[in-house]
Amino acid sequence: MYPYYESDWSVLPPEANRRFNPAFNMATIRQVVNEAIERVRLPTPMRLRDLIRQIRAARTAAEERSVVNKECAYIRSTFREEDSVWRCRNIAKLLYIHMLGYPAHFGQLECLKLIASPRFTDKRFGYLGAMLLLDERQDVHLLITNCLKNDLNSTTQFVVGLALCTLGAIASPEMARDLAGEVERLMKSPNAYIRKKAALCAYRIIKRVPELMEIFLPATRSMLSEKNHGVLITGVALITEMCENSPDTLNHFKKIVPNLVRILKNLILAGYSPEHDVSGVSDPFLQVKILKLLRILGINDADTSEAMNDILAQVATNTETSKNVGNTILYETVLSIMDIKSEGGLRVLAVNILGRFLLNNDKNIRYVALNTLLRTVHVDTSAVQRHRSTILECLKDPDVSIRRRAMELSFALVNSQNIRTMIKELLSFLEKADPEFKAPCSSSIVLAAERYAPNKRWHLDTLLKVLVAAGNSVRDDVISSTIQLISESTNHQSYVSLQLWKALSEDLQNRQPLTQVAVWAIGEYGDQLLEAQPDEEHNIPHPPTEEQVLEIYQRLLWSPQNTHTTKQYALMSLTKLSTRFNRTTNQIHQMISSFCSSLHIELQQRGVEFSQLFGKYEHLRPALLERMPPIEVIRQPGDSDFSNGDMDGLDMLSEENSPQHVPMESNVLLDLLGGDVLDIIKPSSYSSVEPSKLSSVPPNNSNNQDLLDLLGLGPLSDNSAVNDTTNNMAGFISDNNNLANNMAQSPLAATVINSPNSNFLTDDLFTSAPIESTVVPASNSIPPMTAFDKDGLQIVFSFDDVREHNGATVTISVTSSNNSVSPMTDFLFQAAVPRTFQIQMLPPSGTTLDPNGVVTQVLKVTNPGQTALKMRIRISYTIDGNPVQEQTEVNNFPIALWE
Amino acid sequence: MQFMLLFSRQGKLRLQKWYVAHPDKLKKKITRELITTILARKPKMCSFLEWRDLKIVYKRYASLYFCCAIEQDDNELLTLEVIHRYVELLDKYFGSVCELDIIFNFEKAYFILDELMLGGEIQETSKKNVLKAIAAQDLLQEEETPQGFFDDHGLG
Repeated sequence: MYPYYESDWSVLPPEANRRFNPAFNMATIRQVVNEAIERVRLPTPMRLRDLIRQIRAARTAAEERSVVNKECAYIRSTFREEDSVWRCRNIAKLLYIHMLGYPAHFGQLECLKLIASPRFTDKRFGYLGAMLLLDERQDVHLLITNCLKNDLNSTTQFVVGLALCTLGAIASPEMARDLAGEVERLMKSPNAYIRKKAALCAYRIIKRVPELMEIFLPATRSMLSEKNHGVLITGVALITEMCENSPDTLNHFKKIVPNLVRILKNLILAGYSPEHDVSGVSDPFLQVKILKLLRILGINDADTSEAMNDILAQVATNTETSKNVGNTILYETVLSIMDIKSEGGLRVLAVNILGRFLLNNDKNIRYVALNTLLRTVHVDTSAVQRHRSTILECLKDPDVSIRRRAMELSFALVNSQNIRTMIKELLSFLEKADPEFKAPCSSSIVLAAERYAPNKRWHLDTLLKVLVAAGNSVRDDVISSTIQLISESTNHQSYVSLQLWKALSEDLQNRQPLTQVAVWAIGEYGDQLLEAQPDEEHNIPHPPTEEQVLEIYQRLLWSPQNTHTTKQYALMSLTKLSTRFNRTTNQIHQMISSFCSSLHIELQQRGVEFSQLFGKYEHLRPALLERMPPIEVIRQPGDSDFSNGDMDGLDMLSEENSPQHVPMESNVLLDLLGGDVLDIIKPSSYSSVEPSKLSSVPPNNSNNQDLLDLLGLGPLSDNSAVNDTTNNMAGFISDNNNLANNMAQSPLAATVINSPNSNFLTDDLFTSAPIESTVVPASNSIPPMTAFDKDGLQIVFSFDDVREHNGATVTISVTSSNNSVSPMTDFLFQAAVPRTFQIQMLPPSGTTLDPNGVVTQVLKVTNPGQTALKMRIRISYTIDGNPVQEQTEVNNFPIALWE
Repeated sequence: MQFMLLFSRQGKLRLQKWYVAHPDKLKKKITRELITTILARKPKMCSFLEWRDLKIVYKRYASLYFCCAIEQDDNELLTLEVIHRYVELLDKYFGSVCELDIIFNFEKAYFILDELMLGGEIQETSKKNVLKAIAAQDLLQEEETPQGFFDDHGLG
């Protein structure tokens, strides 16, 4: 059977020669024998597939780790012993281990050794390993550059192919420079297999080092006259990259447009070619690449665009669209038509293709259609408008990504002509939408309504519907803009409060934002609510009686499901109602005073404060609780341009900011009493005001103008958390002597602190919390003391008034100010007290003291023994690059602190 | 194309091909993030994902997910075709391919990918040419490895 073997190759055992192989010459035999002997000396390494089996058999991660670690240790040892026989197998195993996520960097050099081996198998695995284990940051690159250079000159096309493939994957700028010449030479190789790979290598080289482009230009031009699709597609990719890199090259390649058009035409018109056919379309990969290059060449160039109009129309009409492939090409064609200076008719054709895509069964195609329409909507609104109903239909798509795009596109299509129908559709979308959509959708509806509302009544109705449909997902900006609109629309207030009353009485718990707006409106316009005219025809219900309103408030205030913010709104509203309602003032007083013992500190504070208005300060109540003046909106410049219904250049989706609301300056006291509204509208102003600016406001300054200025300082953000807002909410400090005065200042106190949990500062005396004394010293408080004054750093302690306080806790506000000329950084204030005391330090307002800057920090010292307080303080900071540390003892605390 | 990942329904990585240079740590992070995101998506959702500044195109074939990251102006529908072409090639090469084929012959899967794509771009649009190149290289490998010798001696 093997005569050859019988006579000539008796060295080998018969079974070894079973598969006769012409490459099996004397040298290989010697190698085999040597290797076999070596095998006997060393244990045989595990085969790759055995390792994979072992790893897959591991039941726990720990077990897998131990298998891998054992094998890695073994592989390392063979690497150390320079075992060249099994190197290939070991690298293969290492690559598998690497894919599992274990470190494999120790294989990098071994890969290079494999590449240097003359055997093709070694090279194949070596290059594979190099592509996986090295990337362009590795310093072994000099070595690999040499290997690559050798192999690029190999006579075996596959060795050259491997080298080119590796260069294309991991070329660093240095490698690109060193090997560009070789690649350029290979681009002119007679072998198409090498030519296409060299072209993509050149593509990669240009990506890394654009200035190397020049040397490839001549070889690139000729690639387009090829028949081989591999060479064509890589050539087009290379030209595309060149054109994107330099405008000069782009101009240079404009003259190839006819060539590209011809290739494309041949592809469409040529008959069936099995080699390149993909479900009836001839080489879609090449078609798409050419279409993309045409787009790049045609942008902003009327002549070039003219040259491709015909072929684009041909592709758009001749492509089979029953499969994804055809749509791929159509999609690329549409993109090209939209980007170049194409004819009007072609553009309509393109938008119509997208319109047809929207009706496609394939969700991927619907998605790209919406995406593309979203990109073109600003260029050609009217063409997109024609597909409005289809787009609205996509709002009901089962796929969320499609629904999201459809929603964005729908908002982009809203204008003054279609606002009523569009918003109607979007509202019904909002009702059923997933929670994640509700917030953005409701905010966008509010914005759209603001811009295009045909009238006030419709606008109010729409906002109301948003609040009803979006439930708890409404963002704060919707609440504030609704309140602002209600306050502004003087003719509709009774209607709105009646509608809100109706909505409120239907559901108390699941729509907190609606409840907040409703109680605000009922509080402000309670008198109008009672006198509203019912109108069955226009769906206007009967107005409630005072008792009905109070019953709802009772439920609202005591329901555990309502948030504290809502309850705060309700309490404020209830207080206002006491002057709007006639018969039920006593009942209101009772309800309010029941909150004097609320466990929630904000509610308790309000309960106590508002109760005062029913006792000693009864005479102030009507004046204090008067209706708020209409809130005016300061629109951003250019905002008014949008109201004429012109969509051009308008990107509604990018505008998330709520309009700025600034309260009228007419009656600050009233504004402050309606502080809920004020604060909600300006949530972030507190945190954005710098402490240093505040310190310049003189103490006891009750100039209301300043207050407004301060409130107007910060920029607006629409959705800071409700809690922050309420923490900062201005109540009024019911200090006996200057109620009104301090009322005006309490927001000031809040402004000083920009820590998020600053509610202790806005708390009043009853809740034993401090007041920022340097800014708002209570009239009968302990005078502040200077604890430290050295090298321009002054530290002042000021104290909360403790005489009305029954506990033993003293709250000290530490104000550190820098009177030197250099900034102090890394400022740290530390304090220690004897063991009989307890000290709690709240976070400081900052760590940097600019010249004349201030850092504040609050300390709470509990003094159970009521003994004299001693404190040791340590201050460290860096000034002009020098660290400074100071330590001192403070013994001169005022005696009033613990008397 | 910036990279291609193959992973199983259990979230195990089966193949990774990077055409951009990232440190290993970042590669692992990206891989982990994408695998979790994609596995969390429902089957009725579309195959595209906007992720950082990239577009992710993925498709599931049996128990394997094929996932590619492409640039903003790349054609996502065409990427689906590229993935499909790769699957067809694997299928032809292994003869009705399954996940185990790719696990145990991952190097072959890499070799096939490297004949289809280079540097993140398609280099060959003819299936026949790709398979021809692979077969020729496999033959070269076979010729220089007298495999029978080791197997018969229990050394292979």
